[in-house]
Amino acid sequence: MKTKVLDADGLRRTVNRLSHELVEKNKGVQDVVLVGIRTRGEYLAHRVAKKLEEIENMKVQVGVLDITLYRDDLRGRLDQPQLKSSEILFDIRGKVIVLIDDVLFTGRTIRSALNALMDLGRPAMIQLLVLVDRGHRELPIKADFVGKNVPTAHGQEVKVEMIEADEEDAVYLIENDEKEKLL
Amino acid sequence: MKLQSRHLLGLEGVRKEDITLILDTAISFKEVLERPIKKVPPLQGKTIVNLFFESSTRTRISFELAERRLSADVVNFTAVGSSVSKGETLKDTARNIEAMKIDMVVIRHASSGAPHFLTRVVEANVINAGDGAHEHPTQALLDMMTLREKYGKLEGLRVCIVGDILHSRVARSNIYGLKTMGVDVSVCGPATMIPRNIEALGVRVYYRLEDVIPQVDALNVLRIQLERQKSGLFPSLREYHRFFGVTKEKVDRAPKPITIMHPGPINRDVELSADLADGPHSVILEQVTNGEAVRMAVLYLLGTSN
Repeated sequence: MKTKVLDADGLRRTVNRLSHELVEKNKGVQDVVLVGIRTRGEYLAHRVAKKLEEIENMKVQVGVLDITLYRDDLRGRLDQPQLKSSEILFDIRGKVIVLIDDVLFTGRTIRSALNALMDLGRPAMIQLLVLVDRGHRELPIKADFVGKNVPTAHGQEVKVEMIEADEEDAVYLIENDEKEKLL
Repeated sequence: MKLQSRHLLGLEGVRKEDITLILDTAISFKEVLERPIKKVPPLQGKTIVNLFFESSTRTRISFELAERRLSADVVNFTAVGSSVSKGETLKDTARNIEAMKIDMVVIRHASSGAPHFLTRVVEANVINAGDGAHEHPTQALLDMMTLREKYGKLEGLRVCIVGDILHSRVARSNIYGLKTMGVDVSVCGPATMIPRNIEALGVRVYYRLEDVIPQVDALNVLRIQLERQKSGLFPSLREYHRFFGVTKEKVDRAPKPITIMHPGPINRDVELSADLADGPHSVILEQVTNGEAVRMAVLYLLGTSN
């Protein structure tokens, strides 16, 4: 079963609101850079950057982070994830990094991303922006900007679709019934 | 995505998807090499031993740097001054090292097949860093990475390997890998240094550089082992240089610039003229950088697969 929890208009409005919140909290976008986590986080970062430019009339740099090498489940997986490059073509020292991902779940991805960022330099601050917070944290991590809180059960799945890679802009809550999981 | 084998012994029989996976992964590691902190954590807690029974500088350093950059613990073993000089067999050396709880072995040995033998006596992942005149897979992979970087693809390229094909593990690994990737491969050298029936591997043979130069995009120039002269395979270095030395004068006759590759170390003005080695179409130093990235990719893919 698949329930739409956010449609294209909803997603657009959420990105707008998040962008405004980001500007408010940082009193502008001076020294702010965006880093999206592959793959949906990257698209989201570009959308936020576009909105920030509209609001503040200033270009914000966008980088892409691949966290594969920093995953804590790299060994013991049946299938190796395809390693891709990070593309952060600017110096992050002294910057306010807004780390962007689509779904915040256990917090392990964010932990990996924080370690990866620290290996690139010493930013002044790192903030976290996510489109959906679905709960079930396994690490003490909290987002600064949350698009939508979606209470979920462990077996459920939150799927963010974005037009850059999918057919539409939407967020779905998917029920994985036990039978399907066994298959 | 996962490699088919848990060892890298050679490129013979390695699938096209596997070579592509290694080369794609290596591009990501090249990005790591550009960072201020050139270290990532995927092999944390893994112990790798570099077993070098034959002298080597750049391959060993390249492997060691790659291992350290992946956060592995590294032990180096060189045959000189070791238990081997006290008469220990390879099997005993390997077993003893394994008893010290190691995860991966990188081996270079003068005997063809030594890495294969090792896979039968130890549990660790084995990577061949050159065995006799058999294979040197990471060298061929870095050559392919360099070519792919330069031309955007491998398929349809024309590459000639020049020099002592008979004794060259670099040539053999390159032939296997390049053929799998759809490259048109030829070899060129003195008849005494071309193995019989090499055509069976799907390569064309040339005995004159002048004939092959107009037909290729890149020349992979092999190092001439100076000690081979004593074995009578060629009369003198001067004569070798005259007929098989790659010089500016010879490559300038080609219709378009030819990419110059060399696995190093170079005998300047013997197999390759200095002006070409340092010239605009030489990719020799890119090969060295790519070597590190390719070795990181191989270590990463094998080391995180189990």
